Formats: sequence, structure tokens, C-alpha cells
Amino acid sequence: MTDTSSPLLELRSLTKTFGSVQALTDVDFEVRRGEVMALVGDNGAGKSTLVKCVAGTHTADSGEIVFEGERVDIHGPKDAARLGIEVVYQDLALCDNLNVVQNMYLGRELNRAFVLNEPAMEKRTAETLKSLAVTTIPSIRRPVATLSGGQRQSVAVAKAVQWNSKLVILDEPTAALGVAQTEQVLALVRRLGEQGLAVIIISHNLHDVFETATRITVLRLGRNVGLFERATTSQQEVVAAITAGVPTKVSGIPATAGATA
Amino acid sequence: MSATGAVEREPAAVAASEAPAGVVTRVIANIRTGNLGIVPIVVGQLFIVVFFGLTATNFFTAVNFGNIIIQMAGTTMLAFGVVFVLLLGEIDLSIGYVAGIGALTVAELQLPGSGHDISGLIGMPIAIAVCALIGLLQGSIVAFVGVPSFVVTLAGFLVWQGVILGRLEVPGSIIIQDRWINYTANYYFSPLAGWLIAASITGLYMLIVLIPLLSAGRRQIDARTRLSTVAKVAGVAIAAFGTVAICNHGVVESRRLGLPLPAVLMVIVLVLLTFLAKRTTFGRHVYAVGGNAEAARRAGINVARIRVIVFMISGATAALGGIILAAFVNSVALTFPPGTLLLNSIAAAVIGGVSLFGGRGEVRGALLGALVIATVANGLDTAGYSDGTIYIVTGLILLFAVTLDTVARRLQVRSGR
Repeated sequence: MTDTSSPLLELRSLTKTFGSVQALTDVDFEVRRGEVMALVGDNGAGKSTLVKCVAGTHTADSGEIVFEGERVDIHGPKDAARLGIEVVYQDLALCDNLNVVQNMYLGRELNRAFVLNEPAMEKRTAETLKSLAVTTIPSIRRPVATLSGGQRQSVAVAKAVQWNSKLVILDEPTAALGVAQTEQVLALVRRLGEQGLAVIIISHNLHDVFETATRITVLRLGRNVGLFERATTSQQEVVAAITAGVPTKVSGIPATAGATA
Repeated sequence: MSATGAVEREPAAVAASEAPAGVVTRVIANIRTGNLGIVPIVVGQLFIVVFFGLTATNFFTAVNFGNIIIQMAGTTMLAFGVVFVLLLGEIDLSIGYVAGIGALTVAELQLPGSGHDISGLIGMPIAIAVCALIGLLQGSIVAFVGVPSFVVTLAGFLVWQGVILGRLEVPGSIIIQDRWINYTANYYFSPLAGWLIAASITGLYMLIVLIPLLSAGRRQIDARTRLSTVAKVAGVAIAAFGTVAICNHGVVESRRLGLPLPAVLMVIVLVLLTFLAKRTTFGRHVYAVGGNAEAARRAGINVARIRVIVFMISGATAALGGIILAAFVNSVALTFPPGTLLLNSIAAAVIGGVSLFGGRGEVRGALLGALVIATVANGLDTAGYSDGTIYIVTGLILLFAVTLDTVARRLQVRSGR
């Protein structure tokens, strides 16, 4: 069950076009359990499209999605949620007017005899936040509007994690945060990996990527241009791949790890 | 059992000594974050009552107290529906004439000698269903086609007005003779029945606020919650028994009045809709959609379904209000509904603290707002002012309430960053 060597999610030769625009061409991607995989690339590299294919917002034109060793079709966010895939979108995840508990259980409220079971939701929210060491939130009964950006992002991440999810995808989780708050969220991202979850983090910020990721996948113009081990690479190498990387794969020949110069 | 009791008492005692400071810091935090609750409106209402009590003769009487209740009932019912619509950040301009359709439907169904003189007991549910269907239609156009609610319900405003004018063009008005329909505005409970109602309202409210506290189980209930719970129950008890006590003193032409039925109808709908808004998944989703529709959608909530149901609620409450208003004058005439009904209902909800921007507000706000509007209108009227003055004052109160809401919202956004 906790087999960390084989990938939890594997994308094989994913291709997606929007009209005449080739958003993804023959892209391979994988993420393992307990691993933080960074997905980086310039604007228009295809990061968002790739994530949307996994989240069920888009359906790929061709290629395979393999989850836990089995080929799956993801046709909507509900399919993704059923598999245990949760996406945290920047600034779109929370309702400001609801409190932390209400947000955590939004869309999956616990009921007892047709009445909301607030005590149970409150208790489990507190447990989830504690297990993730999110300790900065003053009160879980406060409206999210009164929290700081970092606290809100922590709540959004905790919300994604608490549904027995296996894969959490974070889209620019630190984009609107200050330095201290960024550190807070990055620490949380690392903990997710340490707890055995598979994590995909999309970021423009290489500092964030090198702080959290175990491996880094680089896309450029909708193609794979590199797969790096964080421990054995440098920022310059990744930047070179982002700006001028050469596709690592030509018509069906599989890419190998760290294959680019 | 005694052991857990002892364990629980300890932290409670500590918390109790901190309670006053806790309450103060909470009040300050609430004001800072723009969460004013019902305090401004209750203070405002007290001020209005004292003002007219001192300046207008015949205002501070038991009979007039009952009058205010009956005068506010129609607006309150419509305003209940407005609360849900505003919570979504939408608007429903059709409710005035949808209320008219509701009244016309019951009047039509009870019409003697027309071959279908159906009892009001059956007619009223039919009218409510008809108006809920109107809400279904308008809500579907908003939710599925994406036409702005302002436009859809403005069209409804014209269409349903046209239907009413078309039906009443020849007769001019339809007299309502059905006693059940007329009871909705004109029935008074006996003094004893009034006391029993006050007692059961207080008792039920106590149960409602206590059950969640008890089901919280062994987790300690902090002193702050305990204090505010006691205050809430006391407030409801004072309101219920006070209302009955005053109403029971009303005497018109040596006939003793009592608690008017519309008061009870308002409380029933208030309780049902508050339960729906605060204790059910549906209500939670209404707040969520109003707060951030995109987040709600991504959380798997069927946003369109929520929108449609809310417009159905708006139609149903409009029908209820329309029936009470028609029963008040025992007829539906070409001049029905009163021109101020729509705007007064929306104003009532807004004065009651429901945000026009969606996501913030309570059902009880509609009742409080309608009470303020009815009191001001009644007070100025008994003091001998013209309708023009009443409109001007109501308008200024509305402006003040919305200004307060806007400032509160700005504070909330600022404290969020």
C-alpha cells in the first residue's frame, strides 16, 4: 500500500489542444507518494492545462492518466475528488464570510437528522489543523475574512488534505503572501510530503520550489524539457531549462531523469 | 458522573471571572471587523419608540401597538424572502406584484358564485405554490440562462402587474369573504391563548438554543457562550410576554382585542426560515454562494440549484405577505399591492443588516427592519405628518443603514488583509 517507489500518479504522452493552440504535446509526468513534485515553466508552458487535466476541468485529447497503477478517466472535479485528488487554487478556495469550520466542510457538511452537526465538524477541523501543525489561527469560529493571507492559505490547504486525499495540487500557493507567511505555507507543504501525501506545487518562484520540492519537472511551450532532482541541481540549471530547454522526448521515446544539460 | 461534574466546574469558574473582559474584547473585535449584529437597529428602534411616545398622542397605546404588528406583517413576510435573495447577492423586484398574484389567487379561488368557491384553507396553499412556481420560473432564467436577476425580476414586475390589471380591469376589485383568509390579518387570540403562545415561543426558543449546547457534549461551554445564551433567552421572553401583555390590554369600542394572528404567523415563518438558513446544509450553501460563488462551485455545490430554490422561497413568502395584506382590507383591488410594498420590503431587509453585496445577514433582520419601517410610518402618521414626510424619513433611515453596511464591509476587508 505505502509503496513509494512506483508513482501514485503518472501521465503518459498527454496531449491537449485548444483550437489551433497546442497547449500540451506528448507530456509525461509523475509524482510519488511522500514526494513534493514542483511543476515549473514560463507563462504558457502548459502547467495550468496539465493540472486541469488531472483535476478534471479539462479532458486531454490523447494520452493516459494512470493513478495507483490503474488507468483512469477523469471527466470532472468529482471524479478527481473520488480518486483522492484535491486542488488548492490561489484565492478561489474560500468563502470570506464563512468561518474556518464552515469552509473546511463546505460542500461536504456533516448532518445529523437533517441538521448540521456543528460540534463534530468543529472537533474534526481542530484535529486536522493540529495534525498539520497549523497553530497560527486564532479561532476556528472566526470568519475567514479576518485571517491573514498565510492563515487563509493554510486553511485552504488543510481543507484539501482532510478528505483522505492522496494527491494535493497547489497552484501558486504563495503568490500573494509576505515573507513570513510564505515560510508558514512552505513549511506546511513540506509537512504534507512528510506525512506521505503526494504533492504537486506549481510556482513561478524558484525559491519556493527549492525550499519544498524533492523533484522538479520543467515544461516549455507544452513539452517536457527537464526532470531534476532537487538535491543534484541548481537554480541556474532549472532557469536554463525554463527559458531555453530542448524537448527531452521525440516521438514516443521515454525521457530519463535529469537528462538535460 | 460527579467526577466529570467537578472537572467541568473548575475551568468554568476560571472562565467566569474572565467573562466581563472577554465580552468587552469581543464587542471591540466585532466593531473593528464590521460585525455589528442587531445592536444598532435595536437601539434605533428604542429611540424611535421613545421619540414618538413623547411627541405623538395615541402612539403609545395598546391598540396602536397591535396596529403596528398588523401593518408590518405583509412587509415582513416579503422581507423574509428578500433576505435569502440578498444573501445570494441577487435582487428580486417582482415580489410586490407576485404578492399581488398570491392575493389574487386566493381571492379568485374563494369567489362565491363562480363555481369554484374553494375554502381559503385550500386556496392559500395553492396561492403559495403558484407564487413559488413563479419563483421557479424566474430563478431558472437567472440560474441556467444567466440573465441578471435585476432584469428578469424587473420583467416579472411588469408581467405580473399586467396580469393583475387584466383580471381586475372589469370588476375593479374582488371582495374576500372567506373567513380563514381574513383571519390571517384580523384574528385576535384570547388573552389566555396569548399567554400560552408567549410561553411556548419562549420554551421552544430555549430548547433550540440549548440543544446544540447540550449536544456539544462534555466539552466545556465557555462562560461567554453561557452568558450570551441567557441574554438571548431573556430577550425573547421579554419580547414575547411583553407583546402579549400589551396586546391583551387593547380595547376598541368596548371589545377586547388580544394578540393578533399575524404576529404568530411572522414568528412561525421567522423560526422556519432561520432554521433553514442556519441549521441546514441548504442554508450554509446559500451563505457560501453569496460569499464566493466560485469557491462554492469548486466545493461541489450546485450553485444553480441554490439560486432557483432561493427565488422559490422569495415567491412563496411574497404570496404569504400578499394574502395578509389583502385580508387586512378584505379585498383585492386595482390599487393592490400598495406601491411602497416592494421597496419597503427590500429596505426592511437592508435596514435589518442584510448586506446588498451578498453573504451577510440574518433572517431576523427582516423582522427588525420591517418593525422600524412600520413604527416610523405609524408614528409619523399618528403625529399628523403626511405620506411625503414618511417617505422622506424612511428613505433617510435606509440610506443610513446602507452607509453603515458599506462602512462595515470596508472595515471587514481591511481587517482581513
